[in-house]
Amino acid sequence: MSNIHKGDVILQISGLTVKVQGRRILNGLNLTVRAGEVHAIMGPNGAGKSTLSQVLAGRADYEIVAGSAVYLGEDLLALAPEERARRGLFLGFQYPVEIPGVNNVYLLKAALNARRRQLGLQELDAFEFLAIVKDKMALMQMDESFLKRGVNEGFSGGEKKRNEILQMTVLEPTLAILDETDSGLDIDALKVVANGVNSLRTDNRAVVLVTHYQRLLDHIVPDHVHVLAAGRILKSGDRGLALELERRGYDWVLEEANAA
Amino acid sequence: MSTTPQDLEELVGQKYRHGFVTDIDSDTVPPGLDEDVIRMISRKKGEPGFLLDWRLKSYRHWQTMREPHWAHLHYKPIDYQAISYYSAPKSNKDGPKSLADVDPKLLATYDKLGVPLHERARLAGVAVDAVFDSVSVATTFKERLSEAGVIFCPFSDAVRDHPALIEQYLGTIVPPGDNFYAALNSAVFTDGSFVYIPKGVRCPMELSTYFRINAANTGQFERTLIIADEGSHVSYLEGCTAPMRDENQLHAAVVELIALDNAKIKYSTVQNWYPGDENGVGGIYNFVTKRGECRGRNSHISWTQVETGSAITWKYPSCVLTGEGSVGEFYSVAVANHYQQADTGTKMIHVGRNTRSTIVSKGISAGHAHNTYRGLVKVLPTAEGARNYTQCDSLLMGDKCGAHTFPYVEVRNQTATVEHEATTSRIGEDQLFYLLQRGLSQEDAVNMIVNGFCKSVFKELPMEFAVEAQNLLAVSLEGSVG
Repeated sequence: MSNIHKGDVILQISGLTVKVQGRRILNGLNLTVRAGEVHAIMGPNGAGKSTLSQVLAGRADYEIVAGSAVYLGEDLLALAPEERARRGLFLGFQYPVEIPGVNNVYLLKAALNARRRQLGLQELDAFEFLAIVKDKMALMQMDESFLKRGVNEGFSGGEKKRNEILQMTVLEPTLAILDETDSGLDIDALKVVANGVNSLRTDNRAVVLVTHYQRLLDHIVPDHVHVLAAGRILKSGDRGLALELERRGYDWVLEEANAA
Repeated sequence: MSTTPQDLEELVGQKYRHGFVTDIDSDTVPPGLDEDVIRMISRKKGEPGFLLDWRLKSYRHWQTMREPHWAHLHYKPIDYQAISYYSAPKSNKDGPKSLADVDPKLLATYDKLGVPLHERARLAGVAVDAVFDSVSVATTFKERLSEAGVIFCPFSDAVRDHPALIEQYLGTIVPPGDNFYAALNSAVFTDGSFVYIPKGVRCPMELSTYFRINAANTGQFERTLIIADEGSHVSYLEGCTAPMRDENQLHAAVVELIALDNAKIKYSTVQNWYPGDENGVGGIYNFVTKRGECRGRNSHISWTQVETGSAITWKYPSCVLTGEGSVGEFYSVAVANHYQQADTGTKMIHVGRNTRSTIVSKGISAGHAHNTYRGLVKVLPTAEGARNYTQCDSLLMGDKCGAHTFPYVEVRNQTATVEHEATTSRIGEDQLFYLLQRGLSQEDAVNMIVNGFCKSVFKELPMEFAVEAQNLLAVSLEGSVG
């Protein structure tokens, strides 16, 4: 972790081509993410945004036809999902699942210790762990009673998203991929979530935001904005691109790409 | 590499950890059952005449009965003449006077099983009665218990030392003619445990029995009787294991509990009989009758069971709620993997006024297994104000297993309240992936999901056994998500 410096390549995706049930969803996608950067990936529905997140996190059911993804110098696609997670790749789920009867605090501790073992650090005892979690919960404006509740059990949509970001801030990933974390959030919750993400903006980490809407980017200002459509990054730019997309929609990007 | 069903399949081959055979010279009668065998058992145990008569009466009744086939179970016919009905470790014939007299090989067996005899018992604060095949090997902590006036001993000793209590209570909760297996047990039962808690005594420690079937082609027919006198309190736990054998072995036990006024009995079972291999060969046939009567006012009987073993489980620990304001509870986790079949549940019979019962059943099916919940809630006309709450949840792992729920409700009093909730869910790829993405291993992820599912039952187990139960579940289900 500490040997990652601003500007180092964290993730390099080249020519990634992925099929789902025989249908080609990603089609030669290229993307480079460096330490210290926040990337926003935007695009119309069905463009492959969620597929990209899931493939990077290691979900089965995706057939990788061609291309590669190198994460911190390792072949990411050859690693099991739990190995990716322990190496600091975090996926904030679009639809976090409920796991009844499993306390949030229990999962969080198991997850953090799995990460720490990988880093060669000692596992935390309950006391040290709680100190860390309580800090992060204050940041996320969450009530302590939450720790005793089942994982996402009976949570509102907003609570689930907040929980994802809480987990992220506790695990302090090297690369966080947040899949539509803003959907279903009211403006206050959006600010809290953005605070959590911004707290992880350091020179040795990177964040990839997958989103439909520009409004999240008012609170988490990205360094790079990409348009993902037809299974590829069709256009990249800075924050101005996001504003333009909000004004003009996506069609013009597709037309431009077709003309080229 | 990502998670594929193949990876998970590889993990399925988890071996049964208690499948060793102890090489001990046993005194085993040849297979077969007739009145002479029963006389022989009774004679070997030096029983009083009333008990032999009771056995013979039970046997004659059993001969008129037919094996029940209403359960959702499939197995080849059992040849009752091919079973040996008595087996005892030979060196043990005269009965051990103390732990020092017990065959060291037997102690080593219990050691392997993790039965906390000896110092470990002291540390754990658990009094153990260990039943090996047909006889009770050693009862720890006898002295400390007898200071409190508690009787905790092998059933055979109780017959010898407390015949009046046996004659008064034996078969009053589960009469010999209750069902086919209960009748068979009444005829041939060999050992088991006896507990008597005197008036007003809170038993100073957890009581525990460990059952093990060792000899080949033997059946185990133990009989347990627990009497909690007025205002007394006892927590009892039984654990069970058996070696791996290709033949099926029969286990037909009877457990009777009696709670008098304001008494409380908590009966917990961790059942891990050999379940057969991954192709369904071998394993224990577990046909057990367990019933408790809340005879006294405000008495309380609570059954908690974690059933991970046996090829076939047929078992319905029940409560007859006679005393006014009495409470019956049933908390169950039943796991069936590979080709295991479980048909289990409970009966709550409300007789007295303002009686209450709670049923929480968690069934987990994996592999090709079938898991059935069968429960009866019966409210008699006398049970004014009776209440029942039932919750039945099933968890499926994989797509070749099955879960079945048969709740029977019979209410004959209009003031009764009966509630029933049921769910069936599948361990989702989504849940699993979510936990993997947080860095948990495959096994840890499955355990976490299953333990979460079973949480409301595990919290009812005595603390030292809750951990054992969780581990057992982990072993039984290792890698069974595919």
